[in-house]
Amino acid sequence: MTEQEVKDIVIAIINDIAPDEDTSNLDGAVRLREQLDLDSMDFLDIVMELRKRYKVEVPEDEYMQLATLDGCVSYLKPKLEAAAA
Amino acid sequence: MGSSSHFDVAIIGAGMSGLAAGIRLAHFGKKVCILERHSVWGGLNSFYKKGGHHFDTGLHAMTNWLEPGYRGPRVPLQRIYRQLRLSPELFQLEKQGHSQVIFGDVRLRFENGLERLASEIAREFPAEVDGFLRLAGDLEGYPEANQDVPFESTRDRLEGYIKEPLLREMLLAPLLWYGSAHEDDVDFEQFQILFNSIYREGFCRPREGVKTIIFALVRRYAETGGELRRNTGVSRLLVRDGVVTAIELDDGAVVTASQVLSSAGLVETMRLRSDQPKDAVREHEGQLAFTEAIHVLKRPMRELGFDAAITFYNRGPRFTWRSPEDRLVDLDSSVICVPDNFAHESPLAEHRLRVTHLAHNQRWFSLGAEEYEAEKARMVGASMSVTAGVAGDFRPHVTYTDAFTPRTVTKYTGHINGAIYGSPHKQKTGRTDLGNLFVIGTDQGMLGIVGAMLSGVAVANTVGSG
Ligand SMILES: Cc1cc2nc3c(=O)[nH]c(=O)nc-3n(C[C@H](O)[C@H](O)[C@H](O)COP(=O)(O)OP(=O)(O)OC[C@H]3O[C@@H](n4cnc5c(N)ncnc54)[C@H](O)[C@@H]3O)c2cc1C
Repeated sequence: MTEQEVKDIVIAIINDIAPDEDTSNLDGAVRLREQLDLDSMDFLDIVMELRKRYKVEVPEDEYMQLATLDGCVSYLKPKLEAAAA
Repeated sequence: MGSSSHFDVAIIGAGMSGLAAGIRLAHFGKKVCILERHSVWGGLNSFYKKGGHHFDTGLHAMTNWLEPGYRGPRVPLQRIYRQLRLSPELFQLEKQGHSQVIFGDVRLRFENGLERLASEIAREFPAEVDGFLRLAGDLEGYPEANQDVPFESTRDRLEGYIKEPLLREMLLAPLLWYGSAHEDDVDFEQFQILFNSIYREGFCRPREGVKTIIFALVRRYAETGGELRRNTGVSRLLVRDGVVTAIELDDGAVVTASQVLSSAGLVETMRLRSDQPKDAVREHEGQLAFTEAIHVLKRPMRELGFDAAITFYNRGPRFTWRSPEDRLVDLDSSVICVPDNFAHESPLAEHRLRVTHLAHNQRWFSLGAEEYEAEKARMVGASMSVTAGVAGDFRPHVTYTDAFTPRTVTKYTGHINGAIYGSPHKQKTGRTDLGNLFVIGTDQGMLGIVGAMLSGVAVANTVGSG
């Protein structure tokens, strides 16, 4: 799985849970909450979708790993690969 | 038991709260089934056709207008769009121009946002502006949802901000009309929600009526894969060892579900339970009921010089928010709604005027069939003459009138006493004494269309994540 594929997965989920946000020009290094209007409930939804769609579990004390897109990529890539195997 | 009749969650009622809860629970991956007794969705805010006209059963206005491009702390409508994953355009909301409160010959107009109201108060009650602004400041933001806090009288609290009784009454009236199941008062936490929903964020309306909202919810629910059975009433909830073990339907069939959410109302739901008497929790029955006349007009009210979206009218200085004691209907106060006055882009296909009054529920229920029709016609006539005095004489332009009474409400939604706002005893956490039975909608505590949707979402979040 490439980094771009992981990014696409995360962005597809954000597009579903926040259809009114523009995700076309996100900076991978900047916190998602600074670029998009997302609150903690929305992050719960991201986690919920990861579990539903990819069987990936994100424990509550690791949510902050998902703060930026780059963070999502490094945290989720091994998990997604393991879940797909 | 066949897998087709067991669900993770069964929801009683396809009104706003049931549909919202269903969508939200499906997001959590739950297998959900909504059971609705009627042939149409929507519950208290549904739609029907009569005399060749399409009518909304309830809709005057939606609260919580969300200005496009709004950025700031989460407000209710944003939360609904997000949590239900609906794109805001789906609701086709148009905001009001202005609304007004008229008490005798004193009038306060308000628009969405507090500026207009503050300047009207400055004109009519100059000494009270500072108190009003202090109140508005203290009410900013929303209390945490689902918390069980004891009832606190708004009338008492308001005295600390506003000295002039007339102004207190005028500020209270719209909020009681659109959100208090309590006679003569409202819980202060509820008041805060209503103040923000109605004054700070304000009124709007889906252009084509409530159908737009219902269809958006029904479509979204179908997309999530949820099941919805219409013409499927729940007749009994079988209770054993502190849980609901089975759900009996009107046709005798049985379904089972690990969790049950009910939007039928607190008292109504108690009485469905096999472990409760048929008259359980009498003391929690709601009392506030209404009549409404809906007129179809040849000309828009604007052409008669009446351009307010919603008018809260009261004959004298003191507002009475209770079931009228000795009359079928209380004509001293009313809410006058003009859908055309929300539509600024282009005129609506048909012109309407809706007028609501407080009604005595039991008096309407005890009338014989003929008497009932006669009293209904009398109510419409009397309502028309009072309204003509407030809004201008629209009577020559009326081409059709429909009307409902508390009896109509009970017939179509099952709400006891025709009490639209349900029991004054709200279950703010949504929980009941049974581990797998939850209350959503009206009797969870949040009223109105937006409130009902929020309630469905909030309880679904509790149930779905557990
Ligand atoms: C005349 C009127 C005007 C209104 N005007 C406005 C307005 O302008 N703006 C606004 O925001 N709000 C308005 N409201 C209030 C708003 O409509 C309600 O607060 C909201 O729709 C409540 O939704 P709910 O899901 O809690 O309950 P309901 O809509 O009552 O839903 C309950 C559903 O459960 C079903 N049901 C009940 N018992 C059973 C059973 N045993 N088995 C199966 N199904 C069952 C009912 O048929 C119903 O569909 C108005 C209401 C009325 C009646």
